[in-house]
Amino acid sequence: MGKLLVEEKSIVVPGDFLAEGMDYLPAGGAFRESDKVISSQVGVVEINGRLVKVIPLAGAYVPKKDDVVIGRVTDVSYSNWFVDVGYALDAVMSLKDGTTEFIERGAELSEFYGIGDFVVARVSNVTKSKMIDISMKGPGLRKLIGGKIIQICAIKVPRVIGKQGSMVGMIKDATGCQIIVGQNGRIWVSGKNPEDELLATQAIALIEEKAHISGLTEVVKEFLEKNKGAQ
Amino acid sequence: MIPKTYIQTLAKKNARHDGRRFDEFRQPVLVEYAVSAKSAEGSARVTMGNTIVVAGVKLEFGQPYPDTPDEGSIMISAEMLPLSSPEYESGPPGIEAIELARVVDRGIRESKALDFKKLCVKSGEKMWTVMIDIYPINASGNLFDASALAAIAALKNARFPKVEDDKVVYKEPTDEPMPLSFMPVSCTVHKIGDKFLVDPTRDEELAADARLTVAFTEKGEVCAMQKGGEKPLTHTEVFAMVDLAALKAGELRKCL
Repeated sequence: MGKLLVEEKSIVVPGDFLAEGMDYLPAGGAFRESDKVISSQVGVVEINGRLVKVIPLAGAYVPKKDDVVIGRVTDVSYSNWFVDVGYALDAVMSLKDGTTEFIERGAELSEFYGIGDFVVARVSNVTKSKMIDISMKGPGLRKLIGGKIIQICAIKVPRVIGKQGSMVGMIKDATGCQIIVGQNGRIWVSGKNPEDELLATQAIALIEEKAHISGLTEVVKEFLEKNKGAQ
Repeated sequence: MIPKTYIQTLAKKNARHDGRRFDEFRQPVLVEYAVSAKSAEGSARVTMGNTIVVAGVKLEFGQPYPDTPDEGSIMISAEMLPLSSPEYESGPPGIEAIELARVVDRGIRESKALDFKKLCVKSGEKMWTVMIDIYPINASGNLFDASALAAIAALKNARFPKVEDDKVVYKEPTDEPMPLSFMPVSCTVHKIGDKFLVDPTRDEELAADARLTVAFTEKGEVCAMQKGGEKPLTHTEVFAMVDLAALKAGELRKCL
């Protein structure tokens, strides 16, 4: 019979033994060596039935298929846009994936998206060698006009979104801002006035700072209510 | 990461993206002395919000220059470390590093705060060369002010090493400080649209139309200036910027 060697939600470092025996299976951030499950990352242990995984405390964004990301156009070529999505390589958006509009032969591609423009796009393919293709065909995918972009740690994006979008929904309601969260840790915030945008920014910074604690929703709710009154 | 247009639009609405006032420095503004007491004659670390700069002073014997046989010399260099920002690459100093070093150098040199004559050991034969090295540890905007403050703080912290048989014994510092009569402090004012602001973040620096770095003596006299950025400045704008810089430089001096 297998045995857990650590408690759930405890912090582990690479090399820590997590579980013993074949009843437990290593998931993300863990691996098996003989009959032991060992951590390969610094992070918090999560146990889901037989699965043992380690959620990292920090880390860079690694693109996955179908991620919605916020990118900045870095170059426009003959038939492609190159977009920085916060990964080591620039993502490529080909002409056919750029827009649902008809693009005439020889049209100036920078009239659609120019260098420096921010766009919301979906990762359509990640090749074995980690080349990334992105697409802007789909609901909600568009060029971002106005507003500010905040960069947070990509690992903490799930906490910003919350269960079924509860956290980001709460910030939207309290501040009246439009918010788009990209899986790459970039968040677009646009509101009616700078004070609202600042409040939303501070709330997101608070979530990033306290991402590891439980009962975060309450903390953020309290923060929003307190500061909303102050305005 | 924050778009340039956003910062410019905010400036029109009298706001900054992090909620500060135009004339407000990021907190904390901290000066720590002797951060590298073992290897440098003087050192200091300056923190301005997220920006961190370390400066070190080294002293060396040299031969006075033929045109100033009775004077010592100072040399200030800056290096943009690749670890301090994704924008910088390793290699020879770029145009930004050279400008930074020269602006800090001029601020100290032209204030006449350092008595060069006292740095001369023997006329025409021997002098002290004061070398100040500036290293941004985290470049998050406003390197000019942070570096100038770090350089002068390191100079204030520096002590002459012991000299034995014409050789410098670096391991044994004496109590003798640098011949520094006061502390020149500089402040940079950035212009975005028709607004003037101090202590910009990196995003604000990139969105600025022009900047003016002004160095002040203790009495508040202007001793050096450097203008940067693409757009020109009018007469009245320069005066307004110098006034604001004078006010803020006074506040920075209190941190020393």
